[in-house]
Amino acid sequence: MILALILVPALAGLVAFALPGAATRRGLLVGTALTHTALTASCWKWMPAAALGGWLALDAAGLLFLSITSALFLAAAIYAAGYLAQEANRHTLDVEEGFLFDNAPETVYIGCLLLFLAAMSLVTASQHFGLLWVGIEATTLASAPLIYFHKHHRSLEATWKYLLICSVGIALALLANFFLGVAATEPGREGFPLVLSELVARAHELQTPWLKAACLLFFVGYGTKMGLAPLHTWLPDAHSEAPSAVSALLSGAVLNCAFLGLLRAQQVCVAAGLGDFGREVWIALGLSSLVIGAVFIIRQTDYKRLLAYSSVEHMGILAVGVGLGGAGAFGAMLHAVNHSLAKAMLFLLSGNILARYQTKTIAQVKGLLRAAPATGLLWVAGFLAITGTPPFGLFLSKLTILKAAFDGGHVGCGLLLLGLLAVIFIGMTTAFLGMAQGEPGKRTGLNRDRWWQIAPPAALGLLVLWLGLVVPETLNSVLRQVAGTLGGAS
Amino acid sequence: MQITNIILVLVVLTNLKLLGSSRLGASIRVVAMQGVVLGLLPILAHTHELSWRFAALAAGSIALKGVVFPWFLSRAMREARVTREVEPYIGYVTSLLAGVVMLGVSFWLCTRLPIPETIASAWLAPVALFSIFAGLFLIVSRKRAVNQVLGFLVLENGVYTFGVGLAPQTSSLVEAGVLLDVFVGVFVMGIAIFHINREFDHIETDRLSTLKD
Repeated sequence: MILALILVPALAGLVAFALPGAATRRGLLVGTALTHTALTASCWKWMPAAALGGWLALDAAGLLFLSITSALFLAAAIYAAGYLAQEANRHTLDVEEGFLFDNAPETVYIGCLLLFLAAMSLVTASQHFGLLWVGIEATTLASAPLIYFHKHHRSLEATWKYLLICSVGIALALLANFFLGVAATEPGREGFPLVLSELVARAHELQTPWLKAACLLFFVGYGTKMGLAPLHTWLPDAHSEAPSAVSALLSGAVLNCAFLGLLRAQQVCVAAGLGDFGREVWIALGLSSLVIGAVFIIRQTDYKRLLAYSSVEHMGILAVGVGLGGAGAFGAMLHAVNHSLAKAMLFLLSGNILARYQTKTIAQVKGLLRAAPATGLLWVAGFLAITGTPPFGLFLSKLTILKAAFDGGHVGCGLLLLGLLAVIFIGMTTAFLGMAQGEPGKRTGLNRDRWWQIAPPAALGLLVLWLGLVVPETLNSVLRQVAGTLGGAS
Repeated sequence: MQITNIILVLVVLTNLKLLGSSRLGASIRVVAMQGVVLGLLPILAHTHELSWRFAALAAGSIALKGVVFPWFLSRAMREARVTREVEPYIGYVTSLLAGVVMLGVSFWLCTRLPIPETIASAWLAPVALFSIFAGLFLIVSRKRAVNQVLGFLVLENGVYTFGVGLAPQTSSLVEAGVLLDVFVGVFVMGIAIFHINREFDHIETDRLSTLKD
């Protein structure tokens, strides 16, 4: 069952490279996405048995992040299939500098997209730290060709930065794995395997200095991939240059995979009685991400980069939530779900806007509500959702984290968080409402929205709305289980 | 244990050579040599439990780092048809001096960590750390994309040294996965270099500077 979650997309990805016929390939993409979502949904009903001697197993955290990944991938796959059908075999005019360029072959796009899904599924199901590392590195490698889908110099620059910065970061995370291995080796005794349950159960036997060093290296390594400031420098470039469906997956799913890697390290730290040490680092990195997010959102002129910096901000909120522990950790888990759905929705919509207006500059997009009512309406809804306005889910999760900060006596942290969120809200309002309102200028791109441009983001938006109105009991218990392993007063 | 120490000394010397080298082709060969020498380390560090597992790992890593990567990178360099200078942001002498400082810092850091007694050589951890620092330094101080890949390989060699010497219980599945990831990583980077060359007619990454805020 768990193996199927990983092997189905992996095999489909390999088949996609060999398969002739564009329509069949797109069918394969959507079919695999549907199969994966169905398998994931069945995991909520029947928890699958562990595989590979306990190395692959779904616990609460794994199931939560697997579900997010699967849902986002389905939305992105439908969007990508429609997009590819429309873009097939034509030169594209660059919207910024006005030159013609080709897209990468569709085979590469679909094949890498499916391998990407396999890598992310491996990350969520890994209980072994080494396997987790292999999975996270694989997500980088599978997604690099996707960022370079539009073959021109800016996407190449983004791909190079992404590859190099993330590879270096992840190499340091490998060193962290080895440090953890040394921490688990007792003098004169055989060490034990780096499986999460084993490490948590025997956490008091771990050597503290090595565990602390490992923890810091995990923060540098996986923190780079998660986009925590000041290690976020690749993120705005990669997210703004990638095709919109890929941006949605990068922002909504990959950042979460790295977050999961850090959560695993935190679980071991908490079990070893080092929870407070980890929590300080979480809060520091979280607040610095929020500051960077706020500064760059305020003066942003490009709406895809705006969304990318908003991801940095939200990763900061997640980190602060985990750092606060207890109710904060619960809020952070809920926020991870909400943010992924809302951000993927906005990135897909940004693709619609780019297709219609042929520009990424905020100031040149006007009158979205009149020119494209469906996209415009969803864009405004997405804005309300991402800034945490009620009744959307992000309001609830941000409120939970803020409440945890004030209840837990972290008044300074809470006030800073509140202030930064206010600044970001103002920055986002100016950008989004300016785009939505006003008189539309001359039309250059597509004239009407297609169903595949509207249905996936609309579905994601409805999910965020639903989570704001009611958090289902099954989800609630899973969130509480994850938060329970992260320590802190509840 | 003597041979292990000789290998480690060779690693230190190759790192210093890389920091001071002005020729791209020579740098590629030096990194290849470092890869081969390090590939022998698992066999020599675990003489008491020599098994097919270590042999296979060593063979795989020597083939990859000693043959495949240098061939691939030399080809990328030939395709680019540019001067063979390294073109650093930081001069060779300064780089070498920085290297010596990094070596000192590595040894000092390792006096602060409780190194297990089962370790093959007392120099193993400091040398591993030195490779990691040298790799990071090479990535940030060199302009050419090929050099940055070489820096990444040196960094990876450092992490690998540490893993072989200190955490022997890592399983073969994970090791194979790590090796595969590094292979695909360098492969993808190589392809990116081809594209950078075609797009810009050079492989200097300081021209990759359109995207900023």
